[in-house]
This record gives sequence, structure tokens and C-alpha cells, in this order.
Amino acid sequence: MKRRSVLAGLAALLTAGCSKIGKSDTFQGLVDGAEKLHRGAHRLVGGRRSMAREYALADVSPFFRGNGNTEIDSDAYRAHVAAGFADWRLEVRGLVERPLSLTMDQLRALPQRTQITRHDCVEGWSAIGQWTGPQLSALLDMAGLRDDARFIVFRCADDFNGNAYYESCDLDDAFHPQTIVAHALNGEPLPVANGAPLRLRIERQLGYKHAKYLTAIEAVASLDGIEGGNGGYWEDRGYQWYAGV
Amino acid sequence: MKRHALSTRLWHWLNALSLVVLFMSGLNISNAHPHLYWGEWGFAPRDAWLHVWRVPGWATIPDYYSLAAARDWHVLFAWVFALSLLLFMLAALLNGHFRRDIATRWKDWKPASVWADVRAHLRFEFAHAGAKYNFLQKAAYGMVVFILLPLMIVTGMAMSPGMDAAWPFLSEMFGGRQSARSVHFIVAWLLFAFLVLHLVLLLLHRPVQNTRDMITGGRLDEAA
Repeated sequence: MKRRSVLAGLAALLTAGCSKIGKSDTFQGLVDGAEKLHRGAHRLVGGRRSMAREYALADVSPFFRGNGNTEIDSDAYRAHVAAGFADWRLEVRGLVERPLSLTMDQLRALPQRTQITRHDCVEGWSAIGQWTGPQLSALLDMAGLRDDARFIVFRCADDFNGNAYYESCDLDDAFHPQTIVAHALNGEPLPVANGAPLRLRIERQLGYKHAKYLTAIEAVASLDGIEGGNGGYWEDRGYQWYAGV
Repeated sequence: MKRHALSTRLWHWLNALSLVVLFMSGLNISNAHPHLYWGEWGFAPRDAWLHVWRVPGWATIPDYYSLAAARDWHVLFAWVFALSLLLFMLAALLNGHFRRDIATRWKDWKPASVWADVRAHLRFEFAHAGAKYNFLQKAAYGMVVFILLPLMIVTGMAMSPGMDAAWPFLSEMFGGRQSARSVHFIVAWLLFAFLVLHLVLLLLHRPVQNTRDMITGGRLDEAA
């Protein structure tokens, strides 16, 4: 028992030390370097347009788990649900030539992409679902991206304790053929738990990048000054911006 | 001539540090969803083949539950671990360490020969005249270096969605991403078991001298 407590003590010393190192600027610099290295390595071996695996209908998981916010507790959102999202608008704005405000019907009238992909949550679990919606590239082309646009920011209707959910990606992922604004899951309108009426699919990255309850798509030159400045709700809380790992 | 080459010693300690950090940060990550599945998908605990016990803070990095911080440690040290293993393998191939000290012969694998080595170990007789390592040592080190450690890298890469898009055969090799995740977990504990055995055998057989030799290199003629 004594030896066991000595071992536990040693481990505790190590982990407490690591917790301290983990908060230093040097360590954060190394971590940011590793994140860039991962992104560079993925682009190097797969190219900028590597395609996420697509599955057959038989591979779809019997249920698609909803995670994070699985509903929005507001009268306004409940009214949208009741009206079948007839008045929901998706704005395309920021550094674009022609800002847009699109209805669900307009989004469904665009050329659609349907893909069966695997969703990998940062927690470790996976689910497979069939998603349908217009490609993000089509929306960006309609609006006309300005030359100084570097990132696309996704604005959402949900929040955690008053902190708005949002996400962002680079132009490689924004114009990737599998990056779609999905309004359907497994052939049905997107369920509330999965982000009704619209959610992003950004297939080469982890689940928290797939912003739900989309209200606006914003082209920006820099992520500085947007919410916490790290490019996403979870990124502002320490998670990596490049979530391909 | 030194008993252990500089490249071997550098890798040994760098690898030890990386494995400890990866294992303990990995336990923190495991706490985020402590259920394991086979196949491509799995998200509901009822479908899990194993429910992992929750690992207490004193055994994880950092020492409180933080998936974000644990992942920072894990993916940073993954580079240290993978690159140092690659360099060590190249060095050991070139300087003859693998051929001379790790490679086994077919006759070593005969049941009678293996049994004799096991019996010698059980009598705490670790002498191995003429060679640096005895058969069980060679087999264990070879298995760790060529099978278990590479498996950790491959299953780790198979779980990454970015890597999966580039090289889908990685997760297909294991029958799906959740299978790769399960194998990652199993091999991590096999490596932990190796570490425990490694340390116990070190304590039983000249702990001070063997540890010193792994730091300074030692002299070849001291090898028993």
C-alpha cells in the first residue's frame, strides 16, 4: 500500500507539473506548431482536395446522435420550428460583392449534393449519416468572394450560457466539394437535435467544426476580433482550430 | 566500444518520456467517451464492447479533466514519438543493432528452446553469454519496436479525419475507425504491461548498472 501511494504521488507530481507547463507560452507555441505541422502533413500526403470517405446506404448508423446543443430554448426558435422554418434566412455577407439572404426554398432549389459520410466527434465516437444540401462553394460563388477574404465564419442561432456558437474554416475547406450546407439527414428534413434547419458539413474535420442552426456565412480577412478571436466557440476554449486530427 | 550506441540511448529516453506523456494524456482523452466499439461507427454506450473505467486525475495529463489540453499534449508528443522511432529504426538498421542484438533465429523459436529460456527467467537467471540479450528479451524488444509502437502510430493516424481522407486504407485495415480506436486502446495497455515487466526485470537484475549503462553507454566488456 505504501509503495502504491509513493507511485501515485510520483504520478501526481508529474501530472501537476504538466498542468503547469501546459499553461506556459512556450508550450502553447509548440502546440500551435504541432497543429500547423498536422495540417501541412495532411495537405502534403492527401492534397488540398482529398475526399473524405463516402459510404453506402447500408452503412448508415441506425441513429444519428445529437451532441452539444440539441435544441434552442427560445420562443423565436420554437416559432420557426412550428412554421417549418418558412421564415428562416441564411445570410451570406462580409467580404463579398453581393450579400445574400436566402430562404430554405432558395437553398433547396440550388444544385444539391448528397453524401454518406462518417461524423467523428472530438470525444471519440462516430456516426454515419446521409446529408443533402447545396455546396458552400456555390453560395460563395453566387455572392462573389472579394480578393481579401481569407476565412469563412459560420454564425449560429445557438449559444452556451449566452456565448454564441460559431465556427470558421479556410478557403481550402470552404471550396471543398464535400463542404455543404445540409438541410436534410437521411432523406428527412434536418432534426432539431442535429441543427435544424441548416448545418455545415465539413467532412475532413471533427464534429465541432460542423456548425449547427446556421444563420449566416461571413467572409473575413482575419479571425481576430471575432468573439474570442480563435475562430470558433470551442477554439476559444482551448480546442484546436484545425480539427483534422 | 560502447554497450549501447548514442542513438539507442537518446531514443530510449525520448521514447520513454513520449510514451509516459502519450499514455497519461491518452487516459484523459479516454475519459471523454470511455466506451469502445468495433466497426466504423459507435456512439451509444449500449453498443460498446468495453466500458472503460474512469481514470482519476493523478494518473492523467493534465491532472484535471480537460479534453482540449490533453489533446494538445497528445498530438504534440505524437510527433516526438513517431519521428524519434523512425530515426532510431534507421540508425539501428545502419549500425547493425537490429541484426546483431534484436534479430532472432528460427531455431530460437523451437518450443524446447523457448521453454528453457522461460525456466531460466523463472529462476531469475538472466545471463546470456556471447549475446547482449537473451531470446525472451530479443522477442519482447522486437515485438515492441516493430509491432506495438508502429501499431500505435498507424491506429492513431487512422482515427484522424484529415488523415482518413488522405489515406483511407489506414482505418479500412482495421475494419473501421472505431476498431482502430479499440486497437489503439488495447495496444496502449500492452505497452503499459511491457513497461511494468521491463521495470520489474530491471529491479531484479543489476538495476543501478543497467540504468547507468543506458545513460552513459557503458563498456561492452562489462556485459555478462
